[in-house]
Amino acid sequence: MSGDGENLTQSDVMLSLRDLHVSYGDREILHGINFDVMRGETLVILGGSGSGKSTLLRTLVGLEKPSSGQIWIKGQNIAAISPAEMDEIRKRIGMSFQGGALFGSMTVGENVALPLREHTKLEESTIEIMLRLKLEQVGLAGFEYYMPSQLSGGMKKRAAVARALAMDPEILFFDEPSAGLDPIIAAGIDQLILELKRAFRMTIIVVTHELASAFLIADRMVLIDKGKVVAIGTTEEMKKSTQPRVRQFLDRIAEPEVARELDYLQMLTEERRPSGRV
Amino acid sequence: MAFVAQIGESVTNGLAYLGSLATLGVRASYYTFIGPFRGKPLRMQRAISQAMDVGVRALPILSLITFFIGLILALQSAYELRKFGAVDLVATAVAISMTRELGPLITAIVVIGRSGSAFAAEIGTMKVTEEIDALETMAISPVHFLVTPKFLAMIIMLPCLTIWANTMGILGGSLFGVLQADFTIKRYVLASIDSLFLRDITTGLIKSVMFGITITAVGCFEGLSTGAGAEQVGRSTTRAVVVSIFLVVVVDLVFTALFFFISGG
Repeated sequence: MSGDGENLTQSDVMLSLRDLHVSYGDREILHGINFDVMRGETLVILGGSGSGKSTLLRTLVGLEKPSSGQIWIKGQNIAAISPAEMDEIRKRIGMSFQGGALFGSMTVGENVALPLREHTKLEESTIEIMLRLKLEQVGLAGFEYYMPSQLSGGMKKRAAVARALAMDPEILFFDEPSAGLDPIIAAGIDQLILELKRAFRMTIIVVTHELASAFLIADRMVLIDKGKVVAIGTTEEMKKSTQPRVRQFLDRIAEPEVARELDYLQMLTEERRPSGRV
Repeated sequence: MAFVAQIGESVTNGLAYLGSLATLGVRASYYTFIGPFRGKPLRMQRAISQAMDVGVRALPILSLITFFIGLILALQSAYELRKFGAVDLVATAVAISMTRELGPLITAIVVIGRSGSAFAAEIGTMKVTEEIDALETMAISPVHFLVTPKFLAMIIMLPCLTIWANTMGILGGSLFGVLQADFTIKRYVLASIDSLFLRDITTGLIKSVMFGITITAVGCFEGLSTGAGAEQVGRSTTRAVVVSIFLVVVVDLVFTALFFFISGG
């Protein structure tokens, strides 16, 4: 089931990036990113290691602050809003992290129910029903009393998706959903994403470097390289692209690793402590 | 000149660190004392389970340690006092030393070793596995969710533990008193209580609350600022313990001096 047969009748723009620049300290990682994400589409952000795609995803969910530029979500520029307003937007989005990021001290059910318990005044019995529903949706029915440490990698990812779905988000973000999974389990996660697309017509943004998954789930793809958008288009357009960087990525052409001397020297002599973001 | 620059940099880094700790402390206090009235209820379940870990589970080791400290204090005091034929005063010496100083301080150190490190390790591991990020993306404040229950537990448990420590210390001293100084337990304990003014106990308890705040702030801050990788969690935990011990002693000095000058010193 490829992703590009969908007839996008709604032309609402869910998310819009305008000239986005993101830096870590003095180093600029993203140099002016521009693209839109339409309602109901699945956009895959492709890129190699160090391309900036993870930074891009983190910025979209508000974990990093842009140094300049705008990110419009539902009419609000999240690069310039108060934390309280950002929290309201976060209640409308869901994110599935690379390792699942389930809270180890709680059961799977408690993990999934956490957003509901925090942000709603629903009765406990209702929350029980809802968490079972979410677990059912991701194929983990009956696992609500398991601890995360008792789950396999694929199951952890599914539980993470269930948690991300708890508040019925409008946009769902995935960070490397297939990372560390064997091909069969990874295919299962792809099918899950396709099912979410089909059933809820959710807007889904996936960051990955797994081409097979990307081609399967994407409506459109955007290739990020060295902090810039190299190409953006539907899956078909990308497959047929003649741009050298795109072909190199899609055809898996190896490139010699050259560490810039300055970076290497910095690594050797500097001891950088990450700031304590509280 | 480079040496001076280094000192300057260390001082500014140190002040920045204290500033970050203070920020964390203020935010934790907000969620503890003001938040509940503004629609952000306290998680009593979590606070209680933290209090069990911090307080109740520390009792065995704390009892042993402070009992021995009391005994050591008695031995050391008696060593000097007997030169003046004043071994009778050993009860006084132990009681005042424990309640004013050693009770709060030793309790703080035990708690740093048990809980300060645990806070840093727990939160640091969560940082490394992106659980802190997950909380933020779910619009849940990590300070409200993780730090506040610990904060509440510590400011309640530390004074309680200190009272217990004082008692065990006096009992430890009584062992010496009974065996070597012709006391009965009853007479020793009464002598101890007689020698204490209320302010001896209260100054100690105020210090213990301040220690609790310090230990929580440092442990949680180090956890939250952990870098990437398991090795960094180890570093954060070690730093949390060392910095906590140092800052607890500094806070001790500040408040001891404060109480000295307040009481007309």
